[in-house]
Amino acid sequence: MPFPYNEIVLEHFKNPRNVGSIENPDGKATEGSPACGDMVSVYINVEPETKIITDIKFESYGCASNIATGSIITELAKGKTLEEAKHITWKEASEALGGLPPIKAHCSVLAVEGLRSAIQNYEEKHGLEINREPTTEEVVRKRLKRVMNPMKGLDMIATNLVKEIEIKDGSIRIVIDLPESHQFASTIREESKERLETLWDIKDVKIEFAG
Amino acid sequence: MGEKVIYLDNAAATKLDEAVFEEMKSCFFEKYAVATSEFGYSQGIEAREILLKARTDLAACLGADPEEMVFTSGNAESGNLALKGVAGALGEKKGKHIIVSKIEDFPVLHSAKTLEKQGFKVDYLDVDEFGFIDMGQLEKRIGADTILVSVQHANQEIGTVQDIEKIGKLCRERDVLFHTDATHTFTRIPIDVNRVNADLVTISAHTIHGPKGIGGLYVRKGTPLMKLMDGGFQEFDHRGGIENIPGAVGFAKAARLVTPEENLYLQAMQKRITELVFERIPLVTLNGHPEKRIPQNANITFHHVEGESITLHLDMYGIAVSTGSACFSRSLEASHVMMAIGGDHERAHGSIRFSFGRFNSMEEVGFVVEKLEKIIENLRRISPLGKRGGN
Repeated sequence: MPFPYNEIVLEHFKNPRNVGSIENPDGKATEGSPACGDMVSVYINVEPETKIITDIKFESYGCASNIATGSIITELAKGKTLEEAKHITWKEASEALGGLPPIKAHCSVLAVEGLRSAIQNYEEKHGLEINREPTTEEVVRKRLKRVMNPMKGLDMIATNLVKEIEIKDGSIRIVIDLPESHQFASTIREESKERLETLWDIKDVKIEFAG
Repeated sequence: MGEKVIYLDNAAATKLDEAVFEEMKSCFFEKYAVATSEFGYSQGIEAREILLKARTDLAACLGADPEEMVFTSGNAESGNLALKGVAGALGEKKGKHIIVSKIEDFPVLHSAKTLEKQGFKVDYLDVDEFGFIDMGQLEKRIGADTILVSVQHANQEIGTVQDIEKIGKLCRERDVLFHTDATHTFTRIPIDVNRVNADLVTISAHTIHGPKGIGGLYVRKGTPLMKLMDGGFQEFDHRGGIENIPGAVGFAKAARLVTPEENLYLQAMQKRITELVFERIPLVTLNGHPEKRIPQNANITFHHVEGESITLHLDMYGIAVSTGSACFSRSLEASHVMMAIGGDHERAHGSIRFSFGRFNSMEEVGFVVEKLEKIIENLRRISPLGKRGGN
């Protein structure tokens, strides 16, 4: 029967490798959101001396290419150093899978971004990031652009959910245009905090609701 | 990969009934002449009579006269002819305002969009969580320049059946033409064009085990309609081109083959799959109205998982269904119907449509749910959703 994907993709889709989460991981990240269609979480454990990825797990809410790429990317990254893993591209992942339909690129690129973000998360937590620029409103906005507004399917910035951003003495205060009791308030708070807390010069993130 | 194929996408296309094929055969090999005028040669006159018989049978299904039944190439053409035909005939004379629902199938929806580009004003009616339009909103939108209201009889994805009698009555009172797309209700739910006050009704053979490439548009006598397909004077001068007599014959046969018992069996399968899924699989939502829906359709969202992943897994078991997920569609956009009934992407992405037909059985329903249970469990195991408590 003619399936839309090749055998390797189907194999990884049916039996994805390294599925699940890691408790207290050294680094983790989630890319995408249910609203935008696909979502991938990547968890890594890193050997502190050699910076080798010793364990990696992923979770996927997505289509077949999303799941298969998540699976292959964990295989490609395991045993590599952070520096090596950082440079794994979508093209390499796609090639390792024997090719993906081009129209599905956007679903599968999330897994690659997920890995990079998990590495970034580790580096930030351990003070390893190379570019140590002071956190500005622009930096905060850029990060909040990756937090989805579940009501609209677009990010928080694009949907004008952010009323105020204040950065002072290592603290960030965000005011969100939603009532505290809103059904998505806690999700948005948690995701925003996750994105901002790892900034190297930030000690405290406060999310307030005023809608 | 099993040998057996379980086809549950009958809303998209159906297997041709062999009895339909048998009926069509002679139109290819023996009675292949063009339908001539009553003054033509004998084969032509015979073809003309065969065509008239098919037309009469199909018209009777709608309580219409034969000369009100126009054959087209399918529901897409019928929808185009209804909207663009009325727009062409009345746009300059009466007004340039058209009203459609937000959940129309693409032929109507995209015809409306095309007309919008040509300077028509189109109102897209909202629907509630079940897919029902708001009669109050429709009433308010009808103005002096409104020439056509097009609201489907039942929805192609979630199966909800609109109260077209109410809509037709309002349109008649306000002197506005009413078109309804009955692609998914024809022979499944009775329609009487006079009771409903419909001026135009779209029907198609491909959803009732008839051939692809043939459909119909009921056109009430005197309805102003611009011709879209120029040619001869066929189809009461509403559509040029040689008549698809095998198709028309097949369409009429397909309509005759549908029985009330069959519709009850389709409904029993629909109810059974819904019941079993709700019994065995947690975190599911029924899409569409639980009662006011076509017999052959069930649509269920499996939360925290994505539809294309579900369909691909089912495909590996030989089971064919469709989903409202963006990943499945050619446009990579989530279903406009699912978005209109809730505006929730997650609900669209995990939605699966099961549409039944004559060749499905209760046994298949059990097999499908058994496989689904396992597939959903596995996909949820790898899903990051629903693990932070709640959601």
